[in-house]
Amino acid sequence: MAGRTVTRADLCEAVYQQVGLSRTESAQLVEMVLKEIADCLARGETVKLSSFGSFVVREKGERVGRNPKTGEEVPIEPRRVMVFKPSSILKHRINGTVGDEADED
Amino acid sequence: MIKSELVQKIAEANPHLYQRDVENIVNAILEQVASALERGDRVELRGFGAFSVKKRDARVGRNPRTGKQVDVSEKTVPYFKTGKEMRERLNTGK
Repeated sequence: MAGRTVTRADLCEAVYQQVGLSRTESAQLVEMVLKEIADCLARGETVKLSSFGSFVVREKGERVGRNPKTGEEVPIEPRRVMVFKPSSILKHRINGTVGDEADED
Repeated sequence: MIKSELVQKIAEANPHLYQRDVENIVNAILEQVASALERGDRVELRGFGAFSVKKRDARVGRNPRTGKQVDVSEKTVPYFKTGKEMRERLNTGK
């Protein structure tokens, strides 16, 4: 399972190959797309990317946590986290199955 | 925000590009991530987060409606871990 790691450079290369733009501009566009998604989430908005999945911001309430090393109780402040919900298309692609069987979503 | 709104936003900021080009750009990015996960590769986007896949063992599940036992076969699921910078941004609203 441990394959290679895909980075921004690979995304830029893909954009460069697909669209007739310079490498510099391809890189700028990849940045813009990521920034737009991140800005949206920072505002607390959901980002839905059809056939890929959606990013949802969740509000977490305060709870008591524990330092696993010392066993000491520490309060965990209320905070916002984001979760990625993969689309069923993506889930099926990863499993090499077809998307026509009954699924939880 | 949905994909078409994302495309429109980027297109507005880049008047020299056709909306169709921007659509291709967004799709190329998502396709890179999806095909990497399909190969079992990891995708690391500093400041945003990292995508990876995790293997789930086969288990015996239960139909919550009928209570009947069902065999759930082994599967691989996509996983996303929020990047440090993004995690901080979510809590400062910037």
